[in-house]
Amino acid sequence: MSVTSGPIVRLDGVEKSFGAVRALASVSLDLMPGECFGLVGHNGAGKSTLMNVLSGNLMPDSGQILIGGEDVTAGYTPQTAMRHGVRCVYQELSLCPNLTVAENARISHPAVSGIGWRRAARALIGGKLDEVFPGHGISTDDVVGDLSIASRQMVEISRAFAVTDVAARVVILDEPTSSLDAVAAEKLLKHVRRYVSEGGTVVLISHLLGEILDTSDRIAVMRDGGIVALDEASGFNRNSLVAAMGSVAEGAAQEAAEQAVIRATAPVVVSAKPAAPESLTLAAHKGEVVGLAGLAGQGQTELLVKVFDHAAGTKVSGAVSLVAGDRQTDGVFPLWSIAENISIGSLRQFLDGFLLNHARAHAFAEEWRRQIGIRTPDVAEPILSLSGGNQQKALFARALGAPAEIIVMDDPMRGVDVGTKQEVYGMIREQASRGRTFLWYTTEMDELRNCDHVYVFREGAIVADLAHSEMTEERVLHASFRADA
Amino acid sequence: MKRLASLLKQPWLWAWGGALAVWLATAAYTQGQGSGQVLSAALTFGAFFVIVALGQMFVITLGPGNVDLSIPACMTLAGTVSMKAMEGSGAMLPIGLLLALAVGLVVGGVNYTLIRLLRIPPIIATLSSSFIFQSAAIWWNRGLRVKPPTALADFATAKVAGIPVIAIAVILLAACGHVLLTRTVYGRSVVAIGQNMRAAHLAGIKVERVRAATYMMCATLAGLCGFLLAGFSGGAALNMGEEYLLSSIAVVVIGGTSVAGGFANVPGLWGAALFLFLLVTMLNTMGAGAGLRMVLTGLIIIGVIVAASGGKRRT
Repeated sequence: MSVTSGPIVRLDGVEKSFGAVRALASVSLDLMPGECFGLVGHNGAGKSTLMNVLSGNLMPDSGQILIGGEDVTAGYTPQTAMRHGVRCVYQELSLCPNLTVAENARISHPAVSGIGWRRAARALIGGKLDEVFPGHGISTDDVVGDLSIASRQMVEISRAFAVTDVAARVVILDEPTSSLDAVAAEKLLKHVRRYVSEGGTVVLISHLLGEILDTSDRIAVMRDGGIVALDEASGFNRNSLVAAMGSVAEGAAQEAAEQAVIRATAPVVVSAKPAAPESLTLAAHKGEVVGLAGLAGQGQTELLVKVFDHAAGTKVSGAVSLVAGDRQTDGVFPLWSIAENISIGSLRQFLDGFLLNHARAHAFAEEWRRQIGIRTPDVAEPILSLSGGNQQKALFARALGAPAEIIVMDDPMRGVDVGTKQEVYGMIREQASRGRTFLWYTTEMDELRNCDHVYVFREGAIVADLAHSEMTEERVLHASFRADA
Repeated sequence: MKRLASLLKQPWLWAWGGALAVWLATAAYTQGQGSGQVLSAALTFGAFFVIVALGQMFVITLGPGNVDLSIPACMTLAGTVSMKAMEGSGAMLPIGLLLALAVGLVVGGVNYTLIRLLRIPPIIATLSSSFIFQSAAIWWNRGLRVKPPTALADFATAKVAGIPVIAIAVILLAACGHVLLTRTVYGRSVVAIGQNMRAAHLAGIKVERVRAATYMMCATLAGLCGFLLAGFSGGAALNMGEEYLLSSIAVVVIGGTSVAGGFANVPGLWGAALFLFLLVTMLNTMGAGAGLRMVLTGLIIIGVIVAASGGKRRT
């Protein structure tokens, strides 16, 4: 790697529009070697678009891209980016689900070739996984489609850091920790610091302001397609970041004082026990918000799907709707508009006799767009025109708009910005007080504080049952790990 | 202007454009002679294509891997059973029709059972079941061609003001199919399942119920087509369904429905059915030999599909 004193990447006046929507308004940015560059902003502020330009997936309408002082703007593609050592871990994962971990590693590292490439690919990705996420528990022969979203994320990240013929000089991490639990996220951030101290450059996009503040050297705040603040990380704190993003400061998580009352008086509407032996039973009373905690992939999603299916081993009284967290696999209908994606959850509401009334379905979606703040000029636009976080809002609208008494949520806040999160928490609280029951799987401590009651999962079983008053981060973490491990 | 732009984006436009171009080319070649009769024949044969393609369209829209290859066998069995039951008697006509539909319903049920209970991929399940149904038809029919009731034959060949009655009936059937696809919970469910089966299930759609209904509807339509075709062509023959296997799929795809599922339209079926028939007629008229005719048919179909996708085909 040649050490240059100047910036490794320079973006100069980059602009990009999608139809009438201006995603990037003349953005200029220098990335220095040996720094972690934090990037924050609302859903749709232009973070992912900017990174897609940098990684060659989108052609900018105007402006220049310089890498190591060389102008590469003309004919810049993902392949050119790779050749210059620019790697990107996308928010929507890009692994092939039908191939193994090692085969996926081979795809983005064409230098792994010839006889014995399989062994070389295994060593390449396996070594990186061990380095970044020690104790990951993934075999390089696992088929990617069988892995949990957290494991897939780990593979994707390790693949980006792996080095064959071209050094990884700039690694872009777009929401890398949103699918990881606290432990894996910490391992990743440690690796980022290690990599940066060796002279690499990382662009870190995240909605978790704590990790941005702790990990980055410099932080840029984006709003409406432009950079509105850029400074050393030490020059920011949580409140100044939130203020720069342009949303109200986070209030303290709402106290759920009446939760003991609900437990004592309201009937049980969901009772479910995971298949694992020696598990406690989850019980949710009418009007409660129940949290499912623990490390990622410990059987929380499976139990939610069982409740959704009214499967054997569960007692569920009432209709259930689900908010998917893994939106590509579980949530979005990619050929449809935003309105169609929202209204599919409650089609029967729009029947006139046997026939659907499309105007009413459209009005319903429009109402939810306003209520939940989906950033789009028109709900008739395709769902894929939305940024990841806004797609997630559409999935929320689908589930909350459906006529269900029970709503199960599978880590639903992935990629949702701080301001919207607060609004959605408020919406959940308000709906719960009107008698809806929520089961909420989340890997984030802040979200568990919004729950009346928390069950901690470990290895497919429920191992702890904590009321709101008993719940502390320490107790959740303690229960998440085996005493003998 | 905006309306014109949105019209140009309609997926069925290419099939209709193709049909019109081929018809005009034929008319120009023959200097207009007989182009009325050609159109009338196209409407009749197109109607049979559309009946089976309507069912096939719903099946293909269910998503990758979904296709019904048992359509020819189902047509033959339904045609054979119903013709034999009626034995040419007009009074038995309603019973014959019900029998043909029932045969289709059973065939669809068997197909779905194979797919669901034995977890066989649809392409294999419907192919293997079609051998069984074809054999059943041979056993039932013993090589005899039973004449259809006169009333049925009259209906299948009748014309009103030069337009075949059967074409009018199938245009109405297609209109029902269009409403079913776009304006009912069932239709929306099929399209959702075709895009993402797991997401459809998690959005509260009864996926397996919809799939079962779709395979049964497809086979029932094939049964209806077998019944009408037997009436039209003077009896059920063992090879009567042969050309409907590939053309049912070709009509769906040329009509602008996505082979990958999740996107369908009904008007394109009629355009594509007319196009296919008129294309063969044109090549016949121009005196192309069988070999050349097939090569050109293949090339032109590829051309229309590429044009219709506008270069951004989903794989």
